[in-house]
Formats: sequence, C-alpha cells, structure tokens
Amino acid sequence: MGRTLAFLTATRGGARLHWTDWASYSYLFVGVFLMFFPVIWLVLSSFKTEADLQRYPPTFLPYQQQTIMLDGHADPLPLFQITDGEHEGKILAQLRRVGLRAQMVDPADPETRLTIDIADRAPVERFTLATENYTDLFGRFNFLLYFWNSTFITVTATLIMLLTNSMAAFALSKYQFRGRTVVLLLVIGTLMIPQTVVLVPLFLIVTELGMFNSLWGVIIPGAATPTGVFLLRQYMLTIPDEILDAARMDKASEWKIYWRIILPLSAPAIAVLAILAIMWRWNDFLWPLIVLTQSENFTLQLALNSFQGELQTQWSSLLAMTVLTLLPIAMVFMFLQKYIATGIASTGGK
Amino acid sequence: MTNLKLFGTTALALTLAAPAMAQEIRFMCYSDGNECEVYDDVLSRFEAANPGVDVIVDVVPYQAILENLPVQLAAGTGPDMAKITDLGGLNQYYLDLTSHIDTGYWDNSFGGTLGWYRVGERQGYYGLHSQLTITGAFVNATLFEQAGVALPGPTATWDDWAAASRAVAEATGTPFPMAIDRSGHRVAGPAISYGAQYFDADGNGSFAGFDAFAEAFVGWNNDGTFARDVWASQGGATYQDAAQEFINGQLVFYYSGSWQVGRMDSQVGDLFDWQVVGSPCGPAGACSGMPGGAGIVGFEQTQHPEIVAAVIDYLAQEDVYAEVAARTRNLPAHLGVASKGVQFEGASPAAQAALNAFAADLPDVSPIAFAYQGYPMNRAMFGITVERLSQAIVGELSVADAAARMGDDLAAALAESK
Amino acid sequence: MRGQGASAPAPLSPAHIARPRGDSLALRVIAPVMRLVEIPMVACQRLLGINRLAWVFLAPNLVLFGLFAFLPVILNIAYATTGGADVLLADRPYVGVRNFALLGDCANYLDPNSCREDKFWRAVWNTTWFVTLQVGIMVGFSLLTAIILNREIRARGFFRAVFFFPVLLSPVVVALIWKWILQREGVLNAFLDWTGVGGYNWLVDADWAFGWSVFLSVWAHMGFYTLILLAGLQAIPRDVYEAATMDRASPWRVFRRITLPLLSPTMLVVLVLALIKGVQTFDEVYAFTGGGPGTATTFIIQYIYEEGFAGAPRLFGLAAAASLLVAGVLVVLTLVQLWLNRRSANG
Repeated sequence: MGRTLAFLTATRGGARLHWTDWASYSYLFVGVFLMFFPVIWLVLSSFKTEADLQRYPPTFLPYQQQTIMLDGHADPLPLFQITDGEHEGKILAQLRRVGLRAQMVDPADPETRLTIDIADRAPVERFTLATENYTDLFGRFNFLLYFWNSTFITVTATLIMLLTNSMAAFALSKYQFRGRTVVLLLVIGTLMIPQTVVLVPLFLIVTELGMFNSLWGVIIPGAATPTGVFLLRQYMLTIPDEILDAARMDKASEWKIYWRIILPLSAPAIAVLAILAIMWRWNDFLWPLIVLTQSENFTLQLALNSFQGELQTQWSSLLAMTVLTLLPIAMVFMFLQKYIATGIASTGGK
Repeated sequence: MTNLKLFGTTALALTLAAPAMAQEIRFMCYSDGNECEVYDDVLSRFEAANPGVDVIVDVVPYQAILENLPVQLAAGTGPDMAKITDLGGLNQYYLDLTSHIDTGYWDNSFGGTLGWYRVGERQGYYGLHSQLTITGAFVNATLFEQAGVALPGPTATWDDWAAASRAVAEATGTPFPMAIDRSGHRVAGPAISYGAQYFDADGNGSFAGFDAFAEAFVGWNNDGTFARDVWASQGGATYQDAAQEFINGQLVFYYSGSWQVGRMDSQVGDLFDWQVVGSPCGPAGACSGMPGGAGIVGFEQTQHPEIVAAVIDYLAQEDVYAEVAARTRNLPAHLGVASKGVQFEGASPAAQAALNAFAADLPDVSPIAFAYQGYPMNRAMFGITVERLSQAIVGELSVADAAARMGDDLAAALAESK
Repeated sequence: MRGQGASAPAPLSPAHIARPRGDSLALRVIAPVMRLVEIPMVACQRLLGINRLAWVFLAPNLVLFGLFAFLPVILNIAYATTGGADVLLADRPYVGVRNFALLGDCANYLDPNSCREDKFWRAVWNTTWFVTLQVGIMVGFSLLTAIILNREIRARGFFRAVFFFPVLLSPVVVALIWKWILQREGVLNAFLDWTGVGGYNWLVDADWAFGWSVFLSVWAHMGFYTLILLAGLQAIPRDVYEAATMDRASPWRVFRRITLPLLSPTMLVVLVLALIKGVQTFDEVYAFTGGGPGTATTFIIQYIYEEGFAGAPRLFGLAAAASLLVAGVLVVLTLVQLWLNRRSANG
C-alpha cells in the first residue's frame, strides 16, 4: 500500500511533491471516480437480470436470490434469512406466500411447516453474473452478420472519408485558386445544420440514387462530413510550402507530392480524423435506421435498439449488447490514442 | 479484395431483389416482448404450406415504425407489410384486402376493430388487429391488506380510489398512492369518465369537456395523490411508465394497461400480491378504459398483393390467432377466440386472472373511446394532451391556459393536415 | 515523369521529410493504389496546369459534399417555404415565409407565453442559458484537466483514457446511467441518506433537472475537448517554460503569460466546435429528461425533432424554418468568434 502511494505521488523527476502536485492528484482521482465509476457500473449492470435491474435501490454488483432444491418440490425454493421473531437468525426456504404470511421450512427439517410474518424475512442473495444476457444475444439474431455489416460500413466509410477529405484539404490549403474561399465557407457553413434536420431530404436523395437498403447508402453519405476537411486543412496549413517547392524542383508530380509528402506529414491529424470517423460510423443510429430496413443489412446499433419496443424496453439485453458494441471501439481508441495526443496539437494552429 | 466482393454481391442482390425473387415478402415488425419471434415461427408453417413464398420478419426498433415508416411509404420504399400502431394515420397506404379474403368471416371475427383502420372514403378491409390492449388499474393487494383497508368495489369512482389509496399509502409508509402512465392514450379513458367528448358535432377532434379531468388530475399531482415523478419529470410527448415503482412495492394503485401483465408476472414475483381492478368511474357516469393495440397491415406498394393478403388472412384464422395470442400473452381482438377464452402460455394464475379481468372490462369501454382510438388525428391529440397537461402540473401554465393552448394546438394541427 | 511513377521511392529532398516512424507500413499498403491513380493525375496536371489541378483534388469531395451535404440543405430551404404534412416536396403547397412568420409571432419575445409558438421560444431561451453555462463550464474543466494531464504525472495514459471514455458511450446509455444515479431511489440519494444529508427528488425540480442536464452533457463531451487542448499544450515548446522557471514566476503568472496566449489557436477551435455542438445538444438530454420537467430542458433541436419527425402531424416546414434560423444564428456567432480571435491576435 505504502509503495503504491509512493509510486503514485512521486513526480517523474523524483523531486518532492509541490502542493500543486497534491492538488493535481486529488483532482485526477475525483475525476477517475466521476468519469469511470458510471462506466464500470454499466458493465456490471449488464450482468444483472431484468428483475434485478428494476430493483430499488440499485445495487452496484449483480445479485441473485439463492435457492435450494428440496425433496418433494419440483422447483427450487427461494431462501430467506429470518430477521426477527421466534426463528430469528435461521435461513429458511419459502414454500409460498399468502398475503402477509409466508409458509416456510427449515432445509434441515423439511417436514415441519413454519408460518413467518413477511416483514421478518430478508432474501439471501449472492453475487451471481447473469451471463445469459450475453449468450442469449447470439441465439436471438445473427450477431456475426451484424458485426460484419457494422465493421464493413465503418472501415469503408472511414477510408473513403480519409481519402476524399485529405485530397480536398490539400487543395484548400496548398493552392491559390479562384473560388477557394467560397468552397471553404460552404464547408464550414454546413457544420451549422444538425443531422437530425436534413434526415428526410437526405433520405429522398439516397432513395433517388438507388442506395436505399444497401450498405452503400450508409457508407457514402457518411463520408461527406465537413468536420474532416476543416480539421485536415487547418493541419496542412502548418506544413511549410518550401517542402512542396523543393519537390516540384525535383519534378515530382502534384499527386506524388500529395501522397508521398503531405499524407505522411499529416499522419497525426489523419489518425485523429480516423478515430473520430470510426467512432461516428460505428455508433451511428438514426441514419442507418432510416436507410436499412432489411435484417440482412442491419448494423449492431440497429440490433441494439430493437430491444426498445413501444411500451417496454428489455434493458438487460440492451445493456449486454451495449457492452459488446463498446469493446471494439474502446480497443481502437486505446490503439490510436497516442497519435491523437500528438495530432490535434498542430491542428489548432493556423 | 473482400470489399470488392461484397460490393459485387450487394449489387447482385439489388438487381435480383426487384423482379426475380418473385415471392419474397418483407414484414417490418417491432417487439414489446416476443411478438416478432412468434410471428416468425408461425409464418414458417405458412411458408411450408406455400412453397416458394418467403416471409422475412425484419425486427426494427419501435422508433423506425413510428418515425421512419411513414417517410419510407411516402417515398415508395416501404416494406410489404408491417406491424403498426398509428392505425388510422397510415390509411392512405394500406392494401385493401377485400377481394382476397372472406369478408364475412372477418366481419364476424373482428367487428369493431376493423373500423379503426378505415378513414373517409377508404372503407375496405385493411388491418388485422393482432393485439388488443385496454387500459386499467393494477393494485398492490398486499399493501391494502397490510393497511387493513378494503378494496373499493367495481363501481368505485376515481375519488373513492384516491381516498383508499391515500389511506393505504399513509398506513404503510408507501411513497406513492397512485400513478398513471405519462401518455395521452392512458388518460383518455379517465377523461371520458370525467366528461371529455373528444369530438365536436361534425366529428372533428376537440378537447371540449376535458377541463374537468385536467383540473382534478393537476390537483392530484400537486397534493401528492399521484406520483409527480411520472408526469412532472419528463418533457415533450415522451412516454413514461410507473411500472418500476409498482414492481418495487412503492405504489398502491397503478393505472396502465393489459400489456403490463407479463412484466408484472415475471418481475413482481413473490414480492406482493397484485390484481387488476379495471377502470374506476367518473362524475360523467362512465367507467371507461381506453382500447388500443397494434395491428398488421399490408401496403399497396407491394409487388405481391395476393401473397401479402394471404399471409395476413392466415394470421387471422382462428386457430393461428389463438395460438399467437396465447404465446405472446396478448388479449385477442378476435371475437371467436375471445369468447372461448385464451389459456395464456406460461402465465401464473395471477397473470391469467389479470388478463381475464382486463378482457371482462371491455364492455365498459365508452363508444367515445372506441371512436377516439380509430381517429386518424389521435396521435396529435395524445401528444398535445401530454405536453400541455405536464406544463400545467409543473406550473408553467395555469390549467385554464393549458386548456386554451390545447385547443389552439389542435386547431393548428387540423389545419395543417387537411 | 512516367518512369518515376512505377519505380522505387523518388529522391524528394529527404532533408525536409521527417517522416514519423511506423507510417511506412501504411504507406506501403496504399502505395500500389496511389501509383495507379498517379497515371491519370499526371495527365490532368499536363492538361490543366498546377493551379487548376486543385479542382481535380477537390472533385471527389465536392461531388459527395454537393449531393449529401449541400443538396439536403437546399431542399431544407424548399421545405421551409412549404406547408402541410406531406413528405414529398411535390405534394406540398408553397406558403412563402408563413412558417417563419409563425415562429416570429410574439407579443413579447422574452415571455414565451405571449408567443404563438410558445414551445419554440421556450426552447430558444433554454438553449441560450444552456449553451452559456455548458460551454463555459466544459471549456473551463477541459482546460484544467488538460493542464493537469500535461504535468509530469504517473500513469498519464491511463488518466487520459479515463477522461476520454465517456465520449465513446452512446447518448441513450449516458442518459440511462445518470438516470439510475439521480432517480428518487438512485445511488446519489442512497449515498446522501447514508451521510445524513437526506436525498432529494432531483429530476422533478426544474432548476435541478436543468443543472444536471448541463452536468451530463459536460460529462459526456469533456474528454473530447480535453484531448484537443492537451495536444495544444504539448505543442508549446518546453524551453519557454524552463525560462519562466528560471525567473521564479508563479504558476498563475506562467499560465496567464505563457500558456494561455500560446494556446489561443487551439482554444479557438475548441470554442467554435463547443458552441456549435452545444446549440445542437439533443440526444442525451432528450433521453435523460425528455425535455422536462414541463419544458425546462427542452432545447431547440428537440423542438425541431418533435415538430418535424416525432410529433403528429409532421410539420417539416416549421421544423426546417426553425433549423434555418438556428443555422443563421450559429453563422453569426461563429463569425463573431473568428473576428474576436483575429482582433485579440492583432492587438
């Protein structure tokens, strides 16, 4: 314990702690609690049964009532701890409850029936993971097909987006031509219209183009986002023009300058955009919901939300599905996060 | 490489989908429980009997049915058939089944519910009402027993129930005496019992006579008789139920509907005894609940009207309908099935009794409620009710202002949808 | 030229190209495709000259953009000038500026109850307050977090991941988690009861519900802006700080005189994005409170969504008109931000 503390409180330089270090660590630990505790709770809750999820007050860990099999009873009997009265302290199995009285037996003496006031008993519960929330998902629908659809959409849309956006950003940052400002303003202007609003017009366009109920109907409109062009353009502005001029002296073609010089130098910004694009497409729900109506094209997000009915929602399945869809994207983030930290740095510059 | 391959297959599937696969039927379905699974299973028998026909059940979130299906239908890209809840609102797209079915059998079996799918000139046979629901109250009988308060009888009024529930809550330390789902549909029955007319002389929607209920309801919310959490913690037209409070034994009287039975059965378990007591009466003399539910319809856009009609007619047959009702634990709208009674699959005695109690309450439903359920503008009216009534409860508007706003909103909605 | 396309890496003044390690693999993967595209691109370059070649680079993006971003906005304008509840534009009657007039029909703009579309004006004022609070708090905490994460601390990667994690959650899940925590019998109240303070029914109280909505959206999006700022901080050269340490400047003075000015380009990106996203806040708050109690947390996009999509009848025209008004305000605010930034940079 002491060593952990020493490890955590030591600064990298090995010097003694300044008060600002103490403040920083306190802030970070409060932050970890606030930011991470709900996420951990979400994961634990996905292992709760539907009935357990509805319980007041909510528990942190998943619990289930213990049961016992007794001779002469076909179904397992629930166990209760007796908290008051003549049998206080015993653990009894309940046969049935009628109104305010419960008929119970001592598992050690199953023949004698005892009548207990229901206020005097508390269920015996033990930590149990409801893994059926997860296993049921795989029987319920074609999980692998939906996973493949989601992956295909995400990867393809991200690649198209990175390519077209970086080309456009290259043109907008490294060339002087008439109409450049107009194009740039149009790009930024469309940021202002939220996606919810253009859903119906966009749907009509996609239908006209024959992409309804096709994965491409999700991929291609998804690749047209203004944020990417803006982000990459700001980054590419910081690359000195002398590099380009030198390459031109060497008779490199413009295309070669783009992919041999600009692209590698923008790698951090591209990594940033990549993770954003992956996150957007993977979590996209509203747009696939309107374009994809046939189950062979469904994505994980659509399957996840199909647990929401008109009047009831099956939270246990929905949470299990949420955790499953969260895993891949979390891993992608872990993998790319180093690039991000060094990436957006220069994007902010002009 | 794989990408290219998939592109190839997608393109192939697209070209084939149009005329070549002549017998593929798309059924867009949403589930509150296991409905879509059961349809899929039952329809596989239909497929076996009709070689070459492939009915594919696409399970979507309810949001897709409510928000996206109308847009898709308008654009001509809808499915062949769907399970829907906006019964009158989508009428213009329905496939008329008249020439494909035995209309005599349908009239005898479905009676009044057929009218819910008819609007104006279009008076054919459109929808199979697959699940009938009716609103009504659940009570926590154990709390009544604990408090030593007798359950009010079948002709008890809302005031009687409010007094009894308050007495029980006080005696047992239960936080909430009563609650009603946050939905315009749920308050319609009680409002009719309080004198709401919902239609004017010309048959157009109207909130005339709604004030009495609004006054009473806002009062109950403010004096703690009703759980404020349900109506006052939400905004817009969002749906919010109070099942969680009831399941946890924190609510004495819960006004919801027959669809909650399965949930109560599986989640209340052994915590307490609950029972269904139907809809209390109001000063206007009625003791009305509100019918509702979902139905299965075909769409005119389909390439295979005769197959769609055959599929729907198959589901309408008495034995199939009875099986689906039993397996999905829904009240039957089929009069023949209803009169024979349904043995609901896997239901406990309490649940069976509850479903029977709901079924027995159907004759009490006011004709206004029946007409309201089939009114194409009812969704607009439900939404307006919820929004404005909530504003009155939280105090953003006075009850009178809220009633005035409801009238204005409805007039604007009627004008826009002409 | 022709020979170069097919051959091994060309000698492009290598001194300038400090290619980050690890990219060479990605570069090798895309190289065959890029070399293939080079053939028509070189032809274009000969044909058009260098500066007009820019349009060729822009073309793929402009086609996508025109079809799927710009055309919908134009259609949106068409919707805004038509009435009725039909989906297809051909079926909709032209009504001119009636939808705009309806939104603007107000006796007193500060009192939503006096307006014809009272919900719109409630949403406008709620959004104004929300954005002011949310952007301020979020950018403040993001900056603080970024500065702390930029210090010489242990397990930096871990902390960084922790603060970013909520960004990955879907809005429905974010709302669900916090509903569990804040509901009447939720975790927070259980804790408050335990400490003896006593619980409170948070989500039924309009002010608290509003406050928690701000908190929730800060919680969900803070990580994103923290990361941008963190990157901005790391770009500030170390030697600037070392010079300041030599002069024994106080931490506050270092922050005011060095960190903030050098960070201002990044701050601009953060502020512009945060403002736009703040005005467009919808999903998580809608799933959290539904806009309640009453209309206390109903924001402008929820109004648009309910009028145009979720409600009945679907008034696309009114929704489109409202969205154009919002876009107009956003454009003005963004321009003001850019202008202020330029002025402070010059002054």
